[in-house]
Amino acid sequence: MAELINAQNLYKSFGAIRAVNGVTLRVSAGEVVGFLGPNGAGKTTTMRMLTGFLDPTDGEITMGGFVLRDDPIGARRTFGYLPEGAPAYPDMTVRAYLTFIARARAIPAREIAARLDDVVKRVHLGGVIDQVIETLSKGFKRRVGIAQALIHDPPILIMDEPTDGLDPNQKHEVRELIRTMGSTKAIVLSTHILEEVEAVCTRAVVIAAGRVVFDGTPDEFERQAPATVTRNRMDSAFRTMTSPASEVVS
Amino acid sequence: MSACRTIFGREFSSYFATPLAAVFLVVFLFLAGIFTFSMGTLFERGQADLRPFFQFVPWLFLFLAPALSMRLWAEERRLGTIEIITTLPIGIGHAVTGKFLAAWLFSLFALALTFPIWITVSWLGDPDQGAIVAGYLASAMVAGIFLAIGSLVSAMTKNQVIAFVVTVVLCFLALLTGFPVVLDFFRGWLPTDAINLIAGVSVMTHFTSLMRGVIEVRDLVYFATAIYALLAATALMIDWRKSI
Ligand SMILES: Nc1ncnc2c1ncn2[C@@H]1O[C@H](COP(=O)(O)OP(=O)(O)O)[C@@H](O)[C@H]1O
Ligand SMILES: [Mg+2]
Repeated sequence: MAELINAQNLYKSFGAIRAVNGVTLRVSAGEVVGFLGPNGAGKTTTMRMLTGFLDPTDGEITMGGFVLRDDPIGARRTFGYLPEGAPAYPDMTVRAYLTFIARARAIPAREIAARLDDVVKRVHLGGVIDQVIETLSKGFKRRVGIAQALIHDPPILIMDEPTDGLDPNQKHEVRELIRTMGSTKAIVLSTHILEEVEAVCTRAVVIAAGRVVFDGTPDEFERQAPATVTRNRMDSAFRTMTSPASEVVS
Repeated sequence: MSACRTIFGREFSSYFATPLAAVFLVVFLFLAGIFTFSMGTLFERGQADLRPFFQFVPWLFLFLAPALSMRLWAEERRLGTIEIITTLPIGIGHAVTGKFLAAWLFSLFALALTFPIWITVSWLGDPDQGAIVAGYLASAMVAGIFLAIGSLVSAMTKNQVIAFVVTVVLCFLALLTGFPVVLDFFRGWLPTDAINLIAGVSVMTHFTSLMRGVIEVRDLVYFATAIYALLAATALMIDWRKSI
């Protein structure tokens, strides 16, 4: 299927800190990529570069066929983005906020109501649609963030920890949603919950200290664990790849 | 253009989502009334015009414009919504302009609510209506330039208090450099050209010149250019440092 994300050799430095150190990532429609790594590995920084929020120190990014540096506006039309922590304007109602996003995304006025209905059903926001965002629980706030990213039905979805802070039922719902969308879109989601990879992802990309240390299917990922390990093999594989000791080797 | 209107609409309605708008309007009108009627010798002068009111307008906006502008971008940074707004398919220039226009329109609304002063004076005497129009125009321009300064400062921080204080100081300097006392102070050790330059870029110089009732293109060009340059700098600032 069509390649929608192509990020080549991304580097990002903050002063002396090398947050991202040569990451290459290519994602096609139909793929759900689980972006894994310990805290501080560079997941958020990489996603911020994919969406153009941060400019890479070096490297080239193409989103939906648009070179981010040359046509940022064109590129931004092709993706939906859930930033870390799902920020939103606290004093707006869910309806006002989603309408604002739909307008900013140039969805024609006569279509906005239908799009809102659709996304609200998919993300299960019906009960709180006229509630002010600051009065919502963490789970609902996260869903508002997801709805905001979906409103224009983009071919690409970038989601930074979409299930962080949700209870098990909410996690399950969000995963179902991601899975149903995964057949047609290119989705990148970051997480440090390994079961999530098994549950929704077609591919796992692990980064540690700003470098990709693994890129393969969830099955291949599990096989990275030492043969002697029989339980929690993904945990074991993750630790093997991302512990400082293994970095020295790579 | 429609992106600009979308940003404008959200920003403008956000003033009314909190008591901010009400507090701002009450303080503005209260101070305008006090300054004009008790300190401004509106009646004692025995002359029917709005000069005493307009003279105080820059000092009113000195505190009230920064109170409006401080949240423009600092709030987006604090909430993290800057990450949403700068990854939406809208040009940063449109976002900056939309937000600025919301704050400006709101301050023009406050200014328009001072119309009872105008009515009172017109009823008591026969003021020069042209001078009053020029006075309002000058006031609108001062609000605009202060808000544009505030927009730039707000783009540089996520702390609204810092944005407020720095903006007040910068606006104060922009006013101060137009006063003869201050210019005389510089005159001792700066060449005349430099003095003229300082006076030329001062908000006060152009405000006074407009307020005198002669609407000169030169003054309007000054305000338009300054506002445009400050907004362009705001856009560059945000583009350059989207995350701080
Ligand atoms: N704006 C910033 N300024 C300085 N350092 C940063 C900034 N953003 C991230 N970092 C650093 O970059 C590294 C990667 O961070 P991040 O991408 O947030 O990791 P992750 O999302 O994988 O937890 C960390 O060491 C972090 O402290
Ligand atoms: Mg992160």
